[in-house]
Amino acid sequence: MVNLLIEVLGKLGRSTLLTLQRMGDANILGFSAMAMLVQPPWQGRHIVQQVYALGVGSLVIIAITGAFTGMVLALQGYYMLAKFGSESLLGSAIALSIIRELGPVLGAFMMIGRAGSSITAEIGIMRVTEQLDALQMMAVNPKARIIMPRIIATVIALPLLIALFDVVGLAAGYVIGVDLLGVNSGAFIAEMVTKVRMEDLNIGWIKTIVFGLLIGIICTWYGYRAEPTTEGVARATTQAVVLSSVSVLIFDYILTSFFL
Amino acid sequence: MIKVQNLSRRFGEFLAVAPTDLHIHKQKTTVIMGGSGSGKTTLLRLLSGLEQASTGHIWFDNDSDLTCMAARHLYALRLRMGMVFQYSALLNSLNVYENVSFPLHEHTNLDESLIRTMVTMKLEQVGMRGFEHLMPSELSGGMAKRVAFARALITDPELVFFDEPTSGLDPIAAAVVTRLIQQLTVKTKMTSVVVTHDVAAGLAIADWVILLWQGRVIAEGTAEHIANSSDARVQQFIQGKPDGPIPFSRSDTPYLETLMQVDSHG
Ligand SMILES: Nc1ncnc2c1ncn2[C@@H]1O[C@H](COP(=O)(O)OP(=O)(O)OP(=O)(O)O)[C@@H](O)[C@H]1O
Ligand SMILES: [Mg+2]
Repeated sequence: MVNLLIEVLGKLGRSTLLTLQRMGDANILGFSAMAMLVQPPWQGRHIVQQVYALGVGSLVIIAITGAFTGMVLALQGYYMLAKFGSESLLGSAIALSIIRELGPVLGAFMMIGRAGSSITAEIGIMRVTEQLDALQMMAVNPKARIIMPRIIATVIALPLLIALFDVVGLAAGYVIGVDLLGVNSGAFIAEMVTKVRMEDLNIGWIKTIVFGLLIGIICTWYGYRAEPTTEGVARATTQAVVLSSVSVLIFDYILTSFFL
Repeated sequence: MIKVQNLSRRFGEFLAVAPTDLHIHKQKTTVIMGGSGSGKTTLLRLLSGLEQASTGHIWFDNDSDLTCMAARHLYALRLRMGMVFQYSALLNSLNVYENVSFPLHEHTNLDESLIRTMVTMKLEQVGMRGFEHLMPSELSGGMAKRVAFARALITDPELVFFDEPTSGLDPIAAAVVTRLIQQLTVKTKMTSVVVTHDVAAGLAIADWVILLWQGRVIAEGTAEHIANSSDARVQQFIQGKPDGPIPFSRSDTPYLETLMQVDSHG
């Protein structure tokens, strides 16, 4: 009985230590790579390339998600507000939900699925095929050349994508709310303008930057440390997607409670 | 050029390279031979700093120890090294021209026209001129190997590691590549470390031969010394005899025992 308890506690302790060790390793890798931003050689061209690949590639999916989020919020919001006879608040309800919560979180999820998984898979395959070793032998540091541009690119691209998500979401909400459900157009806009304060916008963009950093660090780390087998890369990709999604939700809660 | 002291590498319980002392002499060709899994690739990766040593030191030019060097210095040292990987390791997203010119684009400010000339010359030497626009996925194994060869040599490094440069090549290409290593060692004063299974070619170009078996150096010396060695293991290896003191199977448990176990489990 005591033995069993010790065994269970031992396992728990070991896995906690392992998790902590991995978190530490990921942070060291991520931040030491980012420090290379200010060291020569300047990797500007590769950062721009990655912003293009990760950002522009995700434009369409972000716009579509934004549109449908705005539309469903309008329907659902109208349904609830109508019960209290306060349909005129629809504009501010949609705007606050999208700007503070749904934009950053759903945008981050889309980015994880579209760009994060490809970052992990790409770096993992470079590990399997010894391309990372080949870079090292050509005196090119993969941290500076491969890891850093991808982290910086997600930090730059995610806020921009989420800005697009917000705009498309609000526009779609307006179309459904005003044109379809007949909310007064003036009230919709006026409520939105008076109720949304600068603070709400600030929360939105701070979240997007934090999420960008999380996605960049987690997805590059899983690729870089992937077990050099086909199976290892597949597993790393799945784990990267799961872990970055969960951490986005956790940090979303922390940041929201912090700013409320 | 390189002095190795007590160098070893473990993977968990498994000792891939047993504690070893070696010398790699400047401007000479050192050939490392040994059976599959005898630790040749691991040894090369240790010497180039890609693999962390479990014990020991690797002295470079007698003054800097590669096993405990700051990353910055290691990268500076690698500007003087080249490596041909066993499985080529070309950058997948770049075509042949971009792969071969990669080190020049990274570390020099040369004119594109000059780079193009240099790449053409190197590709011609390995018989790959005219394939500049192909992607690595469109190359055969032997072609990729030759491109990797050109890429490793494009900066005229002082020290080049070749991990089985001729495996996967047809006899003519293998002969060309072998001759190229020999010529470069003489003409450009390159130091080369060649891992190979090709005993005849290895002995022909070697100034110094190191024979590995199960992670241990079992013989070393000039090609002549090795060829005339009285060690039965060495003779078995260089003559490629199926039977002798080196067992073909590497398992510790006797064959019959393993079979019996299968039987009793089934
Ligand atoms: N990353 C690793 N993890 C665990 N074991 C390894 C690892 N790399 C190599 N080994 C083991 O070390 C031994 C030596 O491997 P190595 O690749 O150096 O052999 P080799 O001499 O190059 O063989 P070959 O001629 O087939 O290329 C092998 O038994 C291999 O199983
Ligand atoms: Mg090998």
